[in-house]
This record gives sequence, C-alpha cells and structure tokens, in this order.
Amino acid sequence: MRFYEFESKQILKKAGIPLPKSHFCKTADQAAAAAFEIAGPVVIKSQVLSGGRMKAGGVKFADSPGEAAEHARAILALPINGLMPVGVLVEEKRAIAQEYFAAVTWDGRAKKAVIIFSDMGGIDIEEIAEKHPEHLSRTHFSASRPFSDYIAKNAVAGVGVTGNDLNALTRIVAGLARTFLDRDMTLAEINPIGKLEDGSIIALDAHMDMESEAARQHLDLLKELGVGPEEKRQARPPTQFEIDAEKVDSADTRGVAGNLTEFDGNLGLIIGAGGGSLTLFDAVRAAGGRPANYCEIGGNPSVSKAANLTKLICAQPGVEKIAVMMNVVSNTRVDIVARGVVKGCIEAGFDPAEKIAIFRIPGSWEDEGFAILKKYGVPYVDRTVSMDEAARMAVENTKKKA
Amino acid sequence: MSILVDKDTTFIIQGITGREAVTMARECLDYGAKLLGGVTPGRKGREVHGLPVEDNVLAFTSRTRVDAAVVSVPPGFAADAVLEAIDAGIKLIVCVTERIPRKQVAQFVEYAAEKGTRIIGPNCLGVISPGKTRVGGIGGAAESTRRAFKPGKIGVMSRSGGMTVEIANSLSEAGLGVSTAVSIGGDAIIGSTYAELMPLFDADPETEGIAIYSEPGGRAEYELADYMARSGSKKPIIAFMAGRFMDEMPGMRFGHAGTIVEGRADTTASKIANLTAAGITVAEKIGDIPRLLNERLGK
Repeated sequence: MRFYEFESKQILKKAGIPLPKSHFCKTADQAAAAAFEIAGPVVIKSQVLSGGRMKAGGVKFADSPGEAAEHARAILALPINGLMPVGVLVEEKRAIAQEYFAAVTWDGRAKKAVIIFSDMGGIDIEEIAEKHPEHLSRTHFSASRPFSDYIAKNAVAGVGVTGNDLNALTRIVAGLARTFLDRDMTLAEINPIGKLEDGSIIALDAHMDMESEAARQHLDLLKELGVGPEEKRQARPPTQFEIDAEKVDSADTRGVAGNLTEFDGNLGLIIGAGGGSLTLFDAVRAAGGRPANYCEIGGNPSVSKAANLTKLICAQPGVEKIAVMMNVVSNTRVDIVARGVVKGCIEAGFDPAEKIAIFRIPGSWEDEGFAILKKYGVPYVDRTVSMDEAARMAVENTKKKA
Repeated sequence: MSILVDKDTTFIIQGITGREAVTMARECLDYGAKLLGGVTPGRKGREVHGLPVEDNVLAFTSRTRVDAAVVSVPPGFAADAVLEAIDAGIKLIVCVTERIPRKQVAQFVEYAAEKGTRIIGPNCLGVISPGKTRVGGIGGAAESTRRAFKPGKIGVMSRSGGMTVEIANSLSEAGLGVSTAVSIGGDAIIGSTYAELMPLFDADPETEGIAIYSEPGGRAEYELADYMARSGSKKPIIAFMAGRFMDEMPGMRFGHAGTIVEGRADTTASKIANLTAAGITVAEKIGDIPRLLNERLGK
C-alpha cells in the first residue's frame, strides 16, 4: 500500500519530523489560496504514485498565487507514467544548503530492518551505492526490541556527519525508524532531507509503503488519511478487465483466481499458481507468443469460477486462443478445472477444441480430467511434457489459426 | 541420509482442526509420516484421523519427543504459534501460513536464531524426504506425492511450493530422484535461505547435486553465490529463474509476496549474471534441469 507524498508527510508529521509548510489541493483555486497563505515562493508537486515527477513536468515553481494556479491547472491534467495525479501539493520553497537521504526498509538477507543513510541526497540511491559507497551507510536493527536513538546516530555518523547536524538528523532518522516499525511499513524514505541556510533540517520529499497484509492493524491511520480499506495502489491503475476478474474471484470463495493483469497479446492464459505462472508466462514469451493476460489460479477453484474466468478471458478483444497450464498440482483437481474451462468456452460461444490451444495440468484426478478433454477434442498433454514444451505447443497452435 | 527430516521425525500440526490442516494430516499419515497430533486452543479432547488434539504445544512436548511442528494457523495467529513452538523446545518449525506481516516474521526468526531453532517458511509447503517422511502439505495426496517424488540423489530448494513439485517430478521422470526437497517459502523474509540450507546438502552423502527455483525480488541468490565462493562447495547446482518478464515492469508484484522488482539487484538479469559467475548453471528452460544436472554430474 503505497502512500502519496502528502500522506507520507502527514505520517512524518505525527512522528515529530519537521516539514515545510504545505497544502494538499485538488483545484487550481485551492492552489492559489495555498500560495497566498504561504506568502512566498512555492513549489507545486503532482501527487501521483510514480517516480520521475520532475522530469515529466510534474514539479513546478511559482512566485505568486496566480502563477501557482496556472501550474496547478497544468499539473492536475498531466498523466505521469500513465497515472493521473489525485491533486497537487503546494509547498513553501526553501533555499537548501545540503541534501541528505534516509530510508528504512527490510533486508531479507540479514532478516532485519535496515537504515540506509547518505549525505548525498536528491539523487538515485543505487547510483550513490555504486559510485560513492563511502557516502552511504547501512545500519541493521532488530524489530524485536524498542528502537533506540543510538542506532539512528550510528547511521548518520556512519557517513561522517557530526556537530549539530548529527543531532538534528538523528532525531529525524529515529522518528522515521519508529514509524516504520510501529506502522508495519515496507519502506519509509525521506529523499531529500534538506539542511536550510538557517541551519535547520527538514524533510522535503517522502515515500512510504505499508505492508498490505498489515493494513487492517492500522485502520486508525488509514481512516485519518482518508484511505479506503480496499484501495490497492499497484504501480498502474486496474483496467476494466482486471476489475471484472476481481469480481469473478470474489463471487466464489473456493480456489483463487488472482493477480489478473491485462497485456495486449493474442493468447489468453489460464495459468497457476505463484511460481508456475511466472514460469509459464516467461515460457510463452520465450516461444515467441504474446500473452493477453497474466493470472494465478490456485487452491481448488470451483467449476463455475474456472468457467467464468475462461469466459472473461475469451471475451477480451484480440484473444484468439487460450492456454490452460499449470505445474504439477498438489491440491487443485484437474478434472474440475477441465470441466470449468470447457464449460466457459461453450458458454462464450466457442468450440473448446478450437479455442483451447493446449491443456497441461498434471496432478490429482488427471485421468478424469483428460477423459473430459478427450470427449471435447481439446488438445492436452501430461506430466511427461515440460512446461516449456506445452507453452511452445500453445504458441504454435495459436499461429496455425492466424 | 537426508536433510532436516528422516523416517523417525515426529511432529505435530498447530491449527490441526482447520480445513486445510485436516487434509494435510490425512496426506502425511497416508505417506507414513510420524504425525503425533495437533494443537487447536479450546479443542482439547477432540481427534483428527484418530490423533489427539491438545490446547497447547506443551501438552505434547511434556510427555514425548517432538522433533518438528507445522504451523498452519491464520496469519493473525501465526507469529504466536511459532513463538509457542520455539519456547516448547521444538527445533524445526515449518510455517505454512501466508500473509504474515514481515515485522512479525523478522521478530520470530530472530528469536528462533537465539534459541537454536530452525524455521522453514513462512508461505511454504514444507519438507519431504521421499520414501522416508514428509512434514507439510508438499505433494498433496500420498499417492500423487509418491508419483512426483521418487527417492534419489538431487536436493531441491524452491521459493515456490508448486514448482518444488514440478521440479521433483521432472527429476523423478528422468531417473535422478530427490534426496530432500525443501519448499523454502515465497516471502521477503524467510527462516532458511538457500545459502543457509546448502551446508546441510553439502554434508549429506546422499545428495549429489542441487536444483533451485528462484524469482525476482530479494537478495537470497547473492547470498548463495557468496556461499559457493566461500565454502568451496563442489556439488553442482542448477538454478532456474522465473519471472524474467518482470524486469520490464518495476514496482509490480506478481507471484509471491517477496516477488517485486524495486532495484537493479532484484532483477532476474542481475541475479542470473551473479549466479553464473559463482559457477552455478542457470537453466534457460525449466524442463532443462534434469539434463543439465546429468551433464554436471558427468553422466
């Protein structure tokens, strides 16, 4: 669950981290009023869940309320990486003497939380890690013990910061780390942290991600921020197909038809589960195929769920054939999936023998499943045929028709 | 020999009265595993397939030897169940539960390390030593499990439970078979990584080669490459990297919770280069694994 900058800053504010004056605005008029209240130069920033805002023209500077309104109007209409902003943040513009970077995230290798700190803020952290490793510190800490300030101090001192700056930055980084732990974040980042010409230090931009699985434990915060409990906030907004697929999945609790994602190919995919789908999607592409969708079928879906999903995928414009493939399954019943996809094809007005390019699901009840496929003339293979080979056959079969 | 489990491994299932756990218990018993019973708070005195249900783990550990526990409880209760098993002195915990927030995982993994307990998972299907025992739902029904997992000489480690079965099946079909297969879990933080399990496979005379399934996200493959360089391990490893298409789609999450490309090091391209440099053969196709193992084993 990724937060917008203005939400991330509200979270930072609650942690006592100093911020520039700012107002979240949804219209150009609101932006003008915000600039008037700030009474000085402002920066207008697109509130969009995408990086690269500056390059895309989503960040502009203004010296007057009129200019602020003009920029806000343009930015509000500007999509960035395909995403429309939900508003703009109008913020006082401050002269910066020095920039820092601070992020807290999980390190799966150390199995601990880690603070990444740099005195070269504002630029890509991966670039700093590669070119200026001496300007970057990594400080791991335990999630089991209450966070202690010295850990943040070590992170800041690790790049050679001392004096008053050390103490001010320690307070900011410690607040960030505590928020990260308290709110089950997967990432809490301030980039840049700015040291102003008067010596004070504030957070200029922020990016926070909360673990979706933990969101239910933080409904108080989400409510305060005005975030709906069902908001998903993937890197791109869902398409109508994806929204419909979600409905197919939630209409029936048996089995999972998850992560339906639209692509622009001609081969519809009914594939599963987590790892199997990744493998099969790659295999189709490696064989020269063009997938129309990604999905993850798992557990033991009912006949109707498999049928409804098949219908939905068959109805996609551009889909010529579908491939039904999984790894050797443990819990999914092969016969139920076979029955479902055949039913779905027929109900969508297609001949399963024509529409299904290949069926490759080995596992329990496979003999019963294969019998159904045979009856309808659907091409199928068993476990002696690899996933790559099945994908290749699906692609060949689709080409034949076209 | 085998790693982690053998034919005498005794274990319990925490959450045994849940629907999936009841099925798992049946499958484990049918496979010949030494399942002792299970725990569901408030259900003491009931039976699952004739095995006792207790209110807590101590009810088992206080009267008998319990080598392992399978945690199959809802995500909100999973961390508590793991901590209970650790404190009851159980040394191997297989955590099947998905969707446990990673803060909780980091907490119980740290505690387990302090107490000398090994954790497999979370978000995994468990461990199997074909012909000996299985701890968890891996392989499904006993009959399907016997078909996909033939006893043999290849160790398997996989971030995907389903792909553990797929790879084992291809090894069985090719006559290589499986010594022990570990579904290590698909989450961002897991109890036992490839590099942490490798010393066990290295020490196991039955294991001649290793097959690995991996995905985008995380740094576990770099840790494995470091281990190979450091340990001088001689056993051939064939790795397969799924999700290559995700390199073009940063920020999108597919597959498992730990699968997301956030930086250059998370991409399959970067991982493949690193593994190859460490002497690990990276299979282009999942179906190539048995052939490549045979080549590396000199057969």
